[in-house]
Formats: sequence, C-alpha cells, structure tokens
Amino acid sequence: MKKEKAITAKNLTKRFGDFIAVDKITFDVEKGEIFGFLGANGAGKTTAMRMLCGLSLPTSGSATVAGFDVYKQNELIKKNIGYMSQRFSLYEDLTIRENIQFYGGIYGLTDERIKEKTSLLIKQLHLEGKEKTLVRALPLGWKQKLAFSIAIVHDPAIVFLDEPTGGVDPITRREFWELIYEASERGITIFVTTHYMDEAEYCNRVSVMVDGRIDALDSPSNLMKDYAANSMDEVFLHLARKAVRSE
Amino acid sequence: MQAVVVENIVKTYHTQKTVVDALKGISFAVDKGEIFGIIGPDGAGKTSLFRILTTLLLADSGHASVDGFDVVKDYKQIRNRVGYMPGKFSLYPDLSVQENLEFFATIFDTSIEENYDLIKDIYQQIEPFKTRKAGQLSGGMKQKLALSCALIHKPSVLFLDEPTTGVDAVSRKEFWEMLHRLKLQGITILVSTPYMDEAGLCDRVALIQKGEILSINTPKGVISEFGKPLWAIRANEMFPLLNSIKENQSVESCYPFGQYHHVVFKTQENSKELLEQIAQKGNYTQVEIHSIEPNIEDCFMALMKE
Repeated sequence: MKKEKAITAKNLTKRFGDFIAVDKITFDVEKGEIFGFLGANGAGKTTAMRMLCGLSLPTSGSATVAGFDVYKQNELIKKNIGYMSQRFSLYEDLTIRENIQFYGGIYGLTDERIKEKTSLLIKQLHLEGKEKTLVRALPLGWKQKLAFSIAIVHDPAIVFLDEPTGGVDPITRREFWELIYEASERGITIFVTTHYMDEAEYCNRVSVMVDGRIDALDSPSNLMKDYAANSMDEVFLHLARKAVRSE
Repeated sequence: MQAVVVENIVKTYHTQKTVVDALKGISFAVDKGEIFGIIGPDGAGKTSLFRILTTLLLADSGHASVDGFDVVKDYKQIRNRVGYMPGKFSLYPDLSVQENLEFFATIFDTSIEENYDLIKDIYQQIEPFKTRKAGQLSGGMKQKLALSCALIHKPSVLFLDEPTTGVDAVSRKEFWEMLHRLKLQGITILVSTPYMDEAGLCDRVALIQKGEILSINTPKGVISEFGKPLWAIRANEMFPLLNSIKENQSVESCYPFGQYHHVVFKTQENSKELLEQIAQKGNYTQVEIHSIEPNIEDCFMALMKE
C-alpha cells in the first residue's frame, strides 16, 4: 500500500538574486511522521520552511503540503497547517482562554467547536482555574505547551515547529515532546527544527541541510550507522562542518 | 584571589500584580582564570545575576564583588575591568563592524591596535565584513563582533550571558573553542547557558533553577553526586514503552534521552529484572537494556525534583 504523503518536495529552489538559499531539495514526509529538519544557522532551513508554509513562492521546483500546491494553493495550505516557533506563539496580554478563542476564530472553527476545544485543552494541560490568567504570567514551559496545543487547535494535517523548545528546562522539554508524540499518534504530521541533537533522535526521520542542499535524510539510527557515529550530534557535526558558506 | 564572590544575593521584581523572586539568596565564588558555567533554563535568574555582577542592576540584599571590588561601592572600577556580552544583541546596528569596535575601544581609552592580539583570533573571521553595518550581520557574525567588543579593553573578567542560545551545534563547538583559548590568556569567564551538554566544557558549574542554586561543583563532581544506578532502555515502540515504565510503582523517574529512555528505580535491587519484566509484559520488540553513567542533564532533572 502506498503511504499517504503529507509533504512532497521536488527540486524545490529559492534564489535571492545570485544567492541560492535553497538548492533543489527533494524529499517526502509521510502522514503522521515526526520529521526533523536540521541544519546549521544559514543552511536554508527557514527559507525552505517559509516556502512549505505558503509564505514565500519558490523560484523553481515543485512541492505539495497536505495535498495542496505551494504555488497555486498557498491560502489553502495556511488553513491546513499549524505553526509555532519560540519567537512567535501567543499573545502575552490575552488570557489563556482568549488566546484559544482567538486562534480558534482565526482558523475558522465554529463557536461551538471553540467552546469544546477550550475546555478540552484546559483539561489536557491541567490549567483548570487558570483560564483567566494572562499568558504573560505563565512560566515559559507552560507557554510553549499551550502554544503547541493552540497551533493544532484546528486539527491541521501538519504542524511546523521552529525550535519550539529553546531555553525550556529539561523536564518541560520532555513533557513537550510527549505532546508531540501524542499529536503524531492522532495522525498529525510533525515537521520540527531543533538545535538539541537528542531531540533529533526522537524523530522518525531527519534531514540535514548543508549550504541549501539536503545532504542526508534517513532515520536517526540509519544515519548513525552510515556515519559510524554514536549520536546525532556526531552525525550533525560531520555533515555541517563541510559547509562552505557561512550564514 | 577570587575573581568573583557572590554572597546571599536576593533580587525580587514587583510588577502590578505579581512578585517574581528572581534570585533567592544565592552564593558562590569563582577562582581567577576559571571558566565558570551558570547552567539553567529561562527564568532561572541567570540574566539578573549577570546584571548585578556587571553593576547594571542593584540587588535587594546580599554582597558581591568582582576582582575584589564591591558591585555597589566600586561600580566604576568594575565597569573598567569587566567585559559583558548580554544575551540580547546590544551593539549599534547603524554603525559598521569596525566603527562598533572602535567605539568600544575609545570608550575604554584604548585602541584596536593595542589589544589586537587578544581579539585577532575572533575578529579575523569578521574582518572581511568590517564595513558592513552591524545590524545587517548574520547571527553568528553578530556574536563574534559582540565578543570582540567585550574583549577590546582586555577585561580581567568576562561575563557572557547565553552566548550560544539559538546557535547551531557546529557554531556552538567553535564558540567554546574560542573561550578555551581566551582562558589561556588568564581571563576569568562566567558564562551562562541553557544547554546542559555545555556544562562539561566548564571548569566548574552552578546549576540554577528558579533563583536557587541546585549544585556547585566540577562537571565530574555533579555527576558523582547522582548517587543512584541509572538504566538506559530502548525498544522499537518508544512512546508506549515510556508510558509503561512511568506507570510502574517501583520507578522513580523515566525520561526520554535521544534513542533511549533513562530510568531510575526507587529501590536498587533487581532493577534490571524489573525493566525486563516491564518490557516483556508490554510485548516490546528489540529491547535493549544496559546501565549507564548519568550526564549533567540527568543530574539536573534529579535535582529539580528534590
């Protein structure tokens, strides 16, 4: 049986003038997969991710996300994905409940659905009694967990996570990954970037970008075998050290 | 003589509705020429501590000195002899690379030429871009420029607040190599980081969480304090396995670590047999169990729970 694809990219390229930020990348992500998208700063990850999220048009090549074309259907892509990053997540001056309602509204959920989702999320995250707390007053770890839950409040096909766990304490970081596992078991595809190499090992497959290209793509255990390495950290160092361009 | 002494420093922030205890009475001392790591997540109090030691913020109570000078009384002397690289990029974005460096050299009454030796190693990497505006540099180059500016007056103590946050694994390694070369020049370095794996690169570390120090020791010393046998287990079905282990009454903690879960038991007898039983009961496949040495992150999590 052919597995369903959440993302397909073929020779996807983005140029800025003479600079080739993303250089003919080709890869697929299966539905429900946890896909780690690694690369040094400046390797082209953000540009690639922006194209896949429908925020930037490719120069050449093709790609589909959740079955939609990145050239012609970018508005549909935006409706069918979730996005979360460490820098942009929640509105600090809105309460927990207001943030859920706001994003539910943005993603076009019905009032009834928003109500259901609000009580579900608050229960799942053990935030009962804190509905009216301003997000600003939450510890960082809680914010990140709430931001993730809100990024998938509309049950998107795929969620893009851009360094979601930066600066978070080690226990909360692991609780965050449990949320990722749960979402993946529910069939949501996870596309995640991280600088923590132990987190790369939690992914089903990872790709490593070097100078705009994808230089390696496989399961962490196969990559470690291929590079005779004991950890993804070693694999990453091996690949990223040959980069010729700096950021 | 000790380069930095911190005694019972307390700092509390009051906002309209909330009170945040940023530092709850912390104490430690750093030897001259040491690389001392302040390791902890966001909100641990790292930046407040650095701002107090660089005389930019007053503590509510407690004492601190840098190079023998009191952070309150002798703030001018301290400002002359420390280098500080804040977590946020704080150079002048509309000045060029070279102008920034000249500016900081002039303020400290020196010149680029005078201390070029000290920064050469780092500055050479960004020198090809010396006419570029600092605001237009990439993250890695900004970091190198900020470090050059913090070093240009040959400080005796260098404070680096999360210099490697958001930086990829390769650049992080290179940054630490630079720090070890600076240490050879006799500069004392206080460096904060949320990356636990960087603890091993420091001479000594303070693990800090929510304004309290959990442990001060050499990296090896922290690990030797762990005190309980630690097991690593893997199978094909990692997420269900995690839940099975956590449900078991005799398990004290279980955390995912890369391809393995790290498990500590409440009692120390038969722990391997217990793990094998859990794996068998859940019909997990390709199970692999072995005992391991804890790393700093294992220690940090164990201390967080105490």
